[in-house]
Amino acid sequence: MRKDITQKIGFSFLFICMAITMLFLVGVILFVTSKGLKVITWEFLTQAPRNAMTAGGVAPAIVGTFYLTLIAILFALPLGLACAIYLCEYSPKGAIVNILRISINNLAGIPSVVFGLFGLAVFVKFFKFGVSMLSGGLSLGILVLPLIISASQEALQAVPHSIREASLALGATKWQTIKKVVLPSALPGIITGVILSIGRVAGETAPILFTAAAFYLKGFPKSIFSEVMALPYHIYALMTEGAHPDKQTAIAYGCSLILLLLVLSVSFVAIVIRQKQRSKCYGL
Amino acid sequence: MGYKVRIRVENVDFYYGCVQALKNINMNIFSNQVTAIIGPSGCGKSTFIRLLNRMNELIVNSTVAGNIYLDGEDIFDSRIDPVDIRRRIGMVFQKPNPFPKSIFENISYGLEVNGIKDKYYVEERVVSSLKKAALWDEVKDRLKESALKLSGGQQQRLCIARCLAVEPEVILFDEPCASLDPISTAKIEELILELKKSYTIVIVTHNMQQAARVSDRTAFFLLGELIEIGETHSIFTAPKDKKTEAYITGRFG
Repeated sequence: MRKDITQKIGFSFLFICMAITMLFLVGVILFVTSKGLKVITWEFLTQAPRNAMTAGGVAPAIVGTFYLTLIAILFALPLGLACAIYLCEYSPKGAIVNILRISINNLAGIPSVVFGLFGLAVFVKFFKFGVSMLSGGLSLGILVLPLIISASQEALQAVPHSIREASLALGATKWQTIKKVVLPSALPGIITGVILSIGRVAGETAPILFTAAAFYLKGFPKSIFSEVMALPYHIYALMTEGAHPDKQTAIAYGCSLILLLLVLSVSFVAIVIRQKQRSKCYGL
Repeated sequence: MGYKVRIRVENVDFYYGCVQALKNINMNIFSNQVTAIIGPSGCGKSTFIRLLNRMNELIVNSTVAGNIYLDGEDIFDSRIDPVDIRRRIGMVFQKPNPFPKSIFENISYGLEVNGIKDKYYVEERVVSSLKKAALWDEVKDRLKESALKLSGGQQQRLCIARCLAVEPEVILFDEPCASLDPISTAKIEELILELKKSYTIVIVTHNMQQAARVSDRTAFFLLGELIEIGETHSIFTAPKDKKTEAYITGRFG
């Protein structure tokens, strides 16, 4: 076969794969939007559920998901980043560190419900935080720790050795080099990890099932020790409980759309920060 | 000779793991002179100058023996902080390696990490360093732009300016023109000749014409050994060692 024909077949195959992927992606977004848009009203966004979840809004769940995500990221980002810095920059290279790295990657593969059980045992029971926003947020934080660590590690490793040397050669200490040269250069990659984590955390149901989520609450959570409603769990509840499946299904789509928008808007903020940092560093 | 010995190297051996990269190096480096280090790839010349500012220590599993004195002070003395040595002995690398920061921040960085905070003083030093590195006229209107937008030659002069800003006593150039075009190379060479008035300069180069053009003394390294060192003029016209002669006449290398 001629070379250019082989090449064309290759490219067509890649294009078809890309098109199929896009089809699913656009399909999900269109499907959720078209079904969800119908129920979204001002009341839906600002009120608590009424009449056994068949009327009213889902405001407590929106707020709950927002707070849970916030707690999870506030917990996991500093911890994960510090861990990544240690592993990349300070730890002696060798077998132990490799084992640590492999374990962290494996941690990412643990089913999320296991983190739920862990959260129940540790945060709810042992630390006596109870079924609360704090317990749920921390459980979610542990869930995304591996994601944040591996994204941060990759970002740190991608910082060229040459600029570290440049910094050291000017009489900077290792810590100054990390703080002022390596971290700012790695920040866009770290933020990418955060964006992915936000999506993951906001959508998880299992880790909050036993640690934070309430089936139904009238109002907003009062403190980090309150139980919360959360969008993913609310969707689950709407689809499995209750006596009015039709109405509830419509509301579930509404919740899905809001969850999608919430994740997108938070990610958007992160993307703007990342872009700013990139243009500051690289003048793009 | 009216020049003062700035760096004295005595019986220096260096090992990467169990591979010996430098064998019993002895030499003097004089102030206000350019000392060129020439030799084929892998002869240990980069290893050697990276020893002078204690950059090689960052390599795991490396060992050094012997002494290097900077103004009579043993730089390997346990009481001496390598960070301080690196401030006093600046380095310009083979590939331009500006920080992904603005032009201004690239220069002010060295001052900042050395604890200089006075804004006006920093500004003054940034300007004077850029002027000394012959880059000021090209960048004076774009100090806030990313340094990565500069051309390769400009980036290398920025790296020189960055090095000058911390006021080192010695500047090490590790093949500073290896990735530059002839015009940028000429500018850097001109700059080196200008800088030797106030600094002690060591330059590693692959380019023998460059060594002949810029240096006062030349050291020829081969397989980790210092074969010959002397006045550049005599090294290039009347080398004492046959190996030096073979190298500079292009019979190997």
